Amino acid sequence: MTQRTRNLLLLAPAGTWFLVMLVVPLTVVLVFSFGERGAAGGYVPAFTLEQYANLPARWAAFKNTLILAPVGTFAALVIAYPLAYYLAVKASPKWKTLLLVLVIVPFWTSILIRSYAWIFLLGGRGIPALLEWIGIEGVRLINTPFAVLVGIVYGYLPLMVFPIFVSLDQLDKRLLEASSDLGATKLRTFLQVTLPLSLPGIATGSLLVFILLMGEFLIPALLGGGKVFFVGNALVDLFLQSRNWAFGSAVAATLVIIMLVSVTLYMRLISKLGAQREDVSLM
Amino acid sequence: MQSDDKPITKQKFMEELYRYKKGSVSRRHFLGVTGLGMASAVMGAAVPGLRPRPAFAAGDIGDRVVLATWPNYHDPANFDAFTEATGAYVQVNVFGSNEEMLAKLQAGATGWDVFVPTNYTITTYVGEDLIEPLDTSLIPNYDPKAYDPRFSDAGSVDGKLYAVPKDWGTTGFVVNTKHTNGVKVDSWKQFFDMTKNEFSGRTMVHDYQLTTIGNALKYFGYSFNSVDEKELADAEKLLIECKPHLFAISSDYQPAIRNGDAWMSMAWTGDGKQLNNDMPEIIYVLGKEGGEIWSDYYAVPKGAPHRAAGYALINFLLDPQVNAKEVLAHGYPSADAHTNALLPEELLNDPILYPAQELLNALEFGAAVTLTDPNRAELMARFKSA
Repeated sequence: MTQRTRNLLLLAPAGTWFLVMLVVPLTVVLVFSFGERGAAGGYVPAFTLEQYANLPARWAAFKNTLILAPVGTFAALVIAYPLAYYLAVKASPKWKTLLLVLVIVPFWTSILIRSYAWIFLLGGRGIPALLEWIGIEGVRLINTPFAVLVGIVYGYLPLMVFPIFVSLDQLDKRLLEASSDLGATKLRTFLQVTLPLSLPGIATGSLLVFILLMGEFLIPALLGGGKVFFVGNALVDLFLQSRNWAFGSAVAATLVIIMLVSVTLYMRLISKLGAQREDVSLM
Repeated sequence: MQSDDKPITKQKFMEELYRYKKGSVSRRHFLGVTGLGMASAVMGAAVPGLRPRPAFAAGDIGDRVVLATWPNYHDPANFDAFTEATGAYVQVNVFGSNEEMLAKLQAGATGWDVFVPTNYTITTYVGEDLIEPLDTSLIPNYDPKAYDPRFSDAGSVDGKLYAVPKDWGTTGFVVNTKHTNGVKVDSWKQFFDMTKNEFSGRTMVHDYQLTTIGNALKYFGYSFNSVDEKELADAEKLLIECKPHLFAISSDYQPAIRNGDAWMSMAWTGDGKQLNNDMPEIIYVLGKEGGEIWSDYYAVPKGAPHRAAGYALINFLLDPQVNAKEVLAHGYPSADAHTNALLPEELLNDPILYPAQELLNALEFGAAVTLTDPNRAELMARFKSA
């Protein structure tokens, strides 16, 4: 067996998987997006751009997703960074493992059940009742964009914490000493040494969370009360309620394109920022 | 002395194992004294494939039947009784709308043996060739003469029987009278006007085009089933005006009504009955302008994988004794005279289950065209994403 055949054989399982689970379905979606809805629903072959022309009818769903996904990613980053920093730099090794496990523990329960728990926490008898007790009345939390944001950040926080933790954990502590020896303040050391070196973690975490949020439908459906509508919710309705496969495919294809473009731009930005890392590397 | 319920010690186990290996004790003695015999018996019982299958009167119909139905719609004890009598386990899939059921059947390979379509969808299922004409010889409990034809007519298309009636009901709304200041609420006009004013943030509408659009149409006095463009535009304007004032768009309204977050919601008979039973301040109202009356049916999809078990389940659930228990559990009226003969008098006179005639007269059955009309589907989507 030559090296070449061996390589091909080793790649065969992954290649087959991608072909059957990614390439074929995406091709079907693309083909369907140029078709028409059948009289009773479903798909009728055709070649028309009508579905794409109709995209503005889902503008609100795209707008909600394109606002809440980046905001949710940013909120998760702001909350996750200090936590990851503490775990990687400050926490004593004795506690580190236990604290890390605590971050993953919520993942042992299904996201559906955890989101359901938030319905009760944010509902009238949960946090608003507590606020009323200390004199703040009339607060409504459930079925608002805020509730969706809380659910998103809660649900995806561990995916942000871990990559940042890993990048900070591998950080060479001698760099921090050098920075301090050279007279930099703590803030300056953080901004010029620690933060740039943790960029790969930030990039990975943000990407993981952002991509999942763009396709999210469960949390808006449960915590948004059907009023906070993501592209994911629009897709579910198009396939399961109005059975408009052609339009649904056009919306799905557009979402894929938007994600490809935004992820590419993001990666470019990160690699540009990451270039500065060379300035701080130890010889 | 060691008591029987204590597990065997490691040392004792090894001793017994050696005795067995040397042949000084029998296999039976070894399994008994170590507890391994009991353990394998328990494990065997927990793995259905290892359990010996008893013989059933109805013959072998397989080990399961898959039912697609609506939430809070059956008495679970009846399913247990079915499993006991036939050996077939009832696997229940719960759905939120007829549109979703149709979408799944159109996509194919649902694995369902029985499902519960509503009257207005059956002609579409027949037209799309998705359900089979019923073999009445397999449903001896179905007595067509016992049914009020209003609630069994839709089961036949072109003289062929495709579906048998389960129960019927109405679509009205529930309102918490603690918040109405004694004002009598009896119309869809009030439902939407209150939503925009004193009930702002406290109202729920269904996540279901038929009822949400239909009831908005009734606000203007139009037909519940209208597909007229101008009339639909009016309904859309009303719904979009109301949207910022809604608590939620969801067909799962019982939890929010029960915990007091929502004060009013579109509702079906059985949910109205269940809520009113537990919280008398929640009343069930039919809009005096009209609204929906409906009837649900049992049907068998084409290519049902456990067809015989599907028929057996329908026949079992139509047994008046069983059906009466179903009605007591779900709170929807049955159209079957044999079943009603077994129900308590007060249930047959209940104003939620059996509304006054003048209220019933104003109601309309859903029309097939609403299920497939693309404008209604798009209107609902625009309303939800607005």
